[in-house]
Amino acid sequence: MSQRALDRAQALFGPRIVSSHAFHGDETIVVAAEHIHEVLQTLRDDADAHFDFLVDLTAVDHYGEDPRFEVVYHLRSMATGERLRVKAQLADTEDGTGSIETLPRIPSICDLWKCANWMEREVFDMFGIKFENHPDLRRILMYEEFIGYPLRKDYPKDKRQPLVRRDPNT
Amino acid sequence: MADTNVPPTARKMVIGLQDVSDMAAASSSDRADKGFDTDEEDDELPTEPMTLNMGPSHPATHGTVRIVLTVEGETIKDADVQVGYLHRAFEKESEHATYTQIFPYTDRLNYVSPMLNNVGYALAVEKLLGIVEDVPERAQYIRVIVGELARMADHMTCMAAGAMELGAMTIYFWAIKGREWIWEILEEISGARMTHSYVRVGGVAYDIHESIPGKIKALYPKLEVILSDIRQALYENRIFRDRMDGIGVFSKENALSYGWTGVSLRSTGVPYDVRKDHPYLVYDRMNFSVPVGEKGDNFDRYILRMEETYQSMKILLQCFEQIPAGPVVVDDPRIVLPPKQAVYNTIESMIAHFKIIVDGVKVPPGEIYSYTEAGNGELGFYIVSDGTGRPARLRCRPPCFLITSALREMIVGGSIADIVPTFDMMNMIGGECDR
Repeated sequence: MSQRALDRAQALFGPRIVSSHAFHGDETIVVAAEHIHEVLQTLRDDADAHFDFLVDLTAVDHYGEDPRFEVVYHLRSMATGERLRVKAQLADTEDGTGSIETLPRIPSICDLWKCANWMEREVFDMFGIKFENHPDLRRILMYEEFIGYPLRKDYPKDKRQPLVRRDPNT
Repeated sequence: MADTNVPPTARKMVIGLQDVSDMAAASSSDRADKGFDTDEEDDELPTEPMTLNMGPSHPATHGTVRIVLTVEGETIKDADVQVGYLHRAFEKESEHATYTQIFPYTDRLNYVSPMLNNVGYALAVEKLLGIVEDVPERAQYIRVIVGELARMADHMTCMAAGAMELGAMTIYFWAIKGREWIWEILEEISGARMTHSYVRVGGVAYDIHESIPGKIKALYPKLEVILSDIRQALYENRIFRDRMDGIGVFSKENALSYGWTGVSLRSTGVPYDVRKDHPYLVYDRMNFSVPVGEKGDNFDRYILRMEETYQSMKILLQCFEQIPAGPVVVDDPRIVLPPKQAVYNTIESMIAHFKIIVDGVKVPPGEIYSYTEAGNGELGFYIVSDGTGRPARLRCRPPCFLITSALREMIVGGSIADIVPTFDMMNMIGGECDR
């Protein structure tokens, strides 16, 4: 990762960057969730930044803080080898009913990188973050019948959910 | 088949192929002459798409993966690739384990090359601690040695399974025999055949015995025989070539969009190798090349695995020449357990031992992403620390999860038989894909 990438991002987005930092050579910018699609698209297509490779997409649960969730994108430029981390912050919007409609939302970037499809599904599966305009938002690692989002901090580690399929007719 | 790199013997084989198709054409015209009905359109029966389950336990899906196929005859119309059968909550468990306790979990990510996962994870924690540069040189060389041995084992397993699932059982036994020799050496180094847990934060658990380099060098002639036998048996084998060559072709643009790394990405012609592009440990002192493919098909991926095995051998030889004497773990009592002698005889060391075991290594707050070249590609660890001895969040970027995500696009439109070689050459490892 490099300082140059951070400077370029600052020049491109200016006030839309909520904060930025560099720690052990990892440059990070934080943007608002609603801008994430636009920011990543600009970073991908900008001839100078040219972060054309989505390395990783994941999320972090900062339980007890506000905003609670962070969706983390790691980008790499195949031309220069520079890396940049982009984070989007998401507030917890759930009302406790467990309805999928109240999950925190963020725009999907499936149309920018194909690999985002499965990684966004994983984040949805593990953190219960809804990606808008995702073509196929299903659980991926857990089974369909699973209740809850296991990587959230309020999901107990030792909770058991045995999958017993019963015949609905009996 | 107009490839200029096809060896001359393979060319001869291609001529043979032409003869066969000529014969087939001749025989069908014979059939027409004899009054058989050769008009195929009249023979068509009404068909409808059929759903077919491949896996989760299928002989050709050596990871546990389920592919729900919609087929029309032999042609795949749609596919739904379902992973997750080997999900063990690695990331959740890690949040409740100290940084040292996570090593055994990393062994089980890519269980064919556990050393590479060990090394990748150790480097991530060291980056967070800010001690990457302080790790003694000898430890860095040892990490490269065990890592390259693991890479050879990984590639040989993939070559073995890939050939076996196309019917070449003999190749499987040859390659697995070679892998077993490598694992014997790793067992001698670490004490465990597969789940080594040999690397530690700040170095490695213990020094390698002075006889190890000699044993690895003695292995080379034997491994070379195996590799050249495999080459001779497969590269000119018509069945193998027909099922590998030109099958599972993936374009460079698609591969990049799908986040491919490692051998799979290099087969499409992108020379991205973390060891070359972002050198870590002592890879910048090693002289090795990064082979790339031309067509991005299964055969390219097979050749590349073979070629990289040779490159790993080359790296190992250079390591033996350069490896210095010295300590194998960083000299920092906050990170490394004190020697047992001191633990049993002094109260300070006893307390230090207790603190590291119970509270874990205290890692300063922050977040880092560290990446290494594993058997399948870029293995990344994203760690968020809150300053305690346990990570607040540990994310593993599994290279084969992203490679497997492209499987649907690769197999739709092809035939059922092509799934097997395409899936094999992705080298999907359930432990790493599903975590």
